[in-house]
Amino acid sequence: MSKPETKCWRNDAYAKVTGKAKFTDDLKFVNALHAAPAYSDFVHARILSIDTSAAEKVSGVIRVLTAKDVPGVNRFGQIIRDYRIFADDKIRYHGDVVAVIVAETREIAISAAQLVKVNAEPLPAVLDPEAAMLPDAPLVHENHGSNIVNTHVVRRGNVDNGFKQADFVIEEMFRTQTIEHAYMETEAAICVTRSTDGVIEVYGSMQHPFSTRRFVAACLGVALSEIEVIGTPMGGGFGGKDDTAAIVCARTALAAKLLGRPVKMVYRRDWSMRESYKRHPYRVAYKMGVTKAGRITAVQCRIVADGGAYCSVTPWVTWRSTVQCCGPYVVENVHCDTFGVYTNNVVAGAMRGFGSPQMNFVIEQVVEMAAVKVGISGIEFRRRNMVRQGSVTITGQKLDGHKVAMEQVLDAVLKEIDYEKKLGWCSHGKTSTTPQGLGVRQPSAAVEREPAFESGGGPPQSKTLSRELEQDELYGMGVAMSYRGVSLGAEGVDFCSAIINAQADGSIFLETGIHENGQGSESAMLLICAEELGVDLNRIRYRRSSTSSIPDSGTTVASRGTIMGGGAVTLAARELKKKIAEAFCEKLHCAADEVRFKDNFIWGKATRMECGDMSPLSSTRHVASFQSADMSTHSKISFAEAMRQMWAMQKFPFALGVFRAPRVSWDEHTGQGDAYFTWVYGCQAVELTVNKRTGKVRLLNAVAAHDVGRAVNPEMVRGQIYGGMAMSAGYALHEEVKAPGGKMTTLNLNTYRLPRSMDLPEMKVIIVENPDPVSPTGAKSIGEPANEILAPAIANAIFNATGVRHFSLPIKLGAMPEATACEEGCK
Amino acid sequence: MKLFVNNREIEVPASAMQKRIVEFLREDLDLTGTKNACDIGACGACTILVNDEPLRICVKLVKDFAGARILTIEGLAAPDGTLHPLQQAFLDCGAIQCGYCTPGMVLTAHAFLLKNPRPTRDQIRQAIFKNLCRCTGYQQIIDAIEKAAPHYQREERGLQAASASEKAETQKSSNDSELAGVEAG
Repeated sequence: MSKPETKCWRNDAYAKVTGKAKFTDDLKFVNALHAAPAYSDFVHARILSIDTSAAEKVSGVIRVLTAKDVPGVNRFGQIIRDYRIFADDKIRYHGDVVAVIVAETREIAISAAQLVKVNAEPLPAVLDPEAAMLPDAPLVHENHGSNIVNTHVVRRGNVDNGFKQADFVIEEMFRTQTIEHAYMETEAAICVTRSTDGVIEVYGSMQHPFSTRRFVAACLGVALSEIEVIGTPMGGGFGGKDDTAAIVCARTALAAKLLGRPVKMVYRRDWSMRESYKRHPYRVAYKMGVTKAGRITAVQCRIVADGGAYCSVTPWVTWRSTVQCCGPYVVENVHCDTFGVYTNNVVAGAMRGFGSPQMNFVIEQVVEMAAVKVGISGIEFRRRNMVRQGSVTITGQKLDGHKVAMEQVLDAVLKEIDYEKKLGWCSHGKTSTTPQGLGVRQPSAAVEREPAFESGGGPPQSKTLSRELEQDELYGMGVAMSYRGVSLGAEGVDFCSAIINAQADGSIFLETGIHENGQGSESAMLLICAEELGVDLNRIRYRRSSTSSIPDSGTTVASRGTIMGGGAVTLAARELKKKIAEAFCEKLHCAADEVRFKDNFIWGKATRMECGDMSPLSSTRHVASFQSADMSTHSKISFAEAMRQMWAMQKFPFALGVFRAPRVSWDEHTGQGDAYFTWVYGCQAVELTVNKRTGKVRLLNAVAAHDVGRAVNPEMVRGQIYGGMAMSAGYALHEEVKAPGGKMTTLNLNTYRLPRSMDLPEMKVIIVENPDPVSPTGAKSIGEPANEILAPAIANAIFNATGVRHFSLPIKLGAMPEATACEEGCK
Repeated sequence: MKLFVNNREIEVPASAMQKRIVEFLREDLDLTGTKNACDIGACGACTILVNDEPLRICVKLVKDFAGARILTIEGLAAPDGTLHPLQQAFLDCGAIQCGYCTPGMVLTAHAFLLKNPRPTRDQIRQAIFKNLCRCTGYQQIIDAIEKAAPHYQREERGLQAASASEKAETQKSSNDSELAGVEAG
């Protein structure tokens, strides 16, 4: 059977749990040199000269590299080529690298890096994105002509008319913070010139081997074929190992090429924090009109994203924010203006969620605020406005061709968390019309709800609470939901390849253009391949990925690994089966399209029982019914024997599968179009307490339901959701990169506050499966959907506990003396 | 100076005494399973067991470990490669994603379960508090540790049995000691 016996299966788990897995820093090459970056202390300055002489004199330093050593192009970027491999004309942020020291040891390289002196003329730093947009603002990139990187709009209906129809208008300003991916493994690269043919092999921690290759080749001024990026186990990415990771590889490759020795550069955590790009901080002005009947009539919003010093993928990140600026709600009148802005802050780029976590923090609070105005529950308000089968999105896309599962996931979460009951437990009255009461609990509400805390039905006795409510704690529960366009959408070219190469003994190589970031993509691809070919998993080996062996399939981001890679694997497997069927149908006494692949055998004409169920990833139940049929009358040949015979017939059991994303469309002027070829739906809820005296938030329980299309490796799907919720909890409550005056002070994991085990609650995951017709496997996405809604759920729960809305992230709660005073006074 | 690493006696050259122990393990002994992700003892990726106690070693020097009995992740599985039940539980529960925190996490859990073979989930949560994981939200890691606990309970009973039988041997005849072993087991 192709399904593994164990509860969860990963091809790399054994190596990882025994310490045998070789991450980049674990690789060793004889005679290797070590490299370290040198920074300046400027935030914005015009470079006059870079003095490397003192560093060069240090014993053990082999060479100091600067921009003038780059034989090819010193500027790179996926959209605008503005990112310097080495700072040349200006310092644009505190993380700009001016030089790389290459030395006999890492220690020498690090100590010499401090001796690099930058002589520069300081320029006024642009640190506020709003100020950066003003006409007289100093320019970060003079040749761009403005600090506005990009704009996007949505123009739908007429918002003036929409607001006229409204009985209530909610208008708020929201801010989100800069956060760090904090992958456990920092950026790292080892580059080695292959002596036989001069090709430079790049081993590194990056999630886009193909763009890494592109940037390395451009930097060195060589052809793509002269660089081979080789897949290496990677300690997490979360969207963060694209640009910066590629640039680290480019600098290392340059050193290896110029010096003719292997070079290793492993980033120290403080370099990684200082230099690597972050999640965009947003400012969002949001205005929503609603009727007494609880219908949204109009949304107007203005989104300003601080992109920092370089463009990176700011236009794409902000595009997703724009497309999804009304959340999963039908709104007829929308006016959205989005700006991506250059500043002298740390670069912002891709991070898990890619523009949606910021917007969902806004939208999922605004709908609750609107519900309060209307006098209905937030859930009822959502039901009246959310997308359903056949709904048209704010960009004019009709949601059909897949199951619109918004209500399905919402209902699943409400049931699991016991929403109706828990809402009654909340310390703040859900129908309160004074949400700005700054923690003042309404006396009536307090009296009404007091028994819930002390009688048998209250939170302390709940099964879901691992610890009892403590004194001074307020209880809250909150929900948030979203829909999300799958994969890249109209951002760009979206296709992926897979190669299946069966060997003469029946063993199989599989490779795809999707990269193993730690999420388990290889395992998902292997499971899909085994099921489609009807062979045991242990027959298939994932071939170590290399940019020289598989066509460029884009970057492993946008939660596109399973849908795009899995699609390509399925198509490759079908192609291979076609070749095999044509070779053996005569021997099996049937037509080629009647040949079946099951249980490591290739079968002749099928029984009726097996007909009509040839879906990929078919259930084990199907396998059982198939086995129960009398197979003795069927011609069959073992997979291994068939492969042997194909070799004898001079036919290669080899197939390339290419999955192209279905068509999408976008009109940049109106912000209308079929933005994504399919969508996923998710809902999460959280229970928490807030301590009135300390403001401490304690998470008690979290529930998530996501429609993933089809769960290829269910335990890994759960892992994605648990991890996504954890990261979103950190976003809500703790995480923030601080950089007063543009100089980052949050430089390691002691000051950057990641969620630890004690910060998180027990979590429950509900996997909803509605196989998607456009996906060859039926599977869709989970990495990012899981990471974009717990923060607003927490914000809503805090409101339901305290009566206070929070419009900025991270949510900072202090003591609530007023509440305490009232509490005492009321009693 | 001597070290005992994964049941192997290591003679430490004088030149290595001032090295950081994490580098000595990774570079000199090629035990690269021990990771270093922050250099300041904040993340727990460098956790190893020193005389059965979990220790974050990224800021510690070789000379501080004279005569120490060290267990790294490479020493946990059986010599034939069979996984320790705790490692197997990590696999079965989906507790591994990128794997960078895994060695430190497994060893922290191992030390904890040796002392507390009957933990509650909250106690497990507390036990891994010093080990950061960015991928999993800790849920499946806690599942795995919980799943492995019965193995440590059996080990504990085994140890009790062994110590009971040892006592019996010194005090009674060999016939009696066999009986004590059976009873305790």
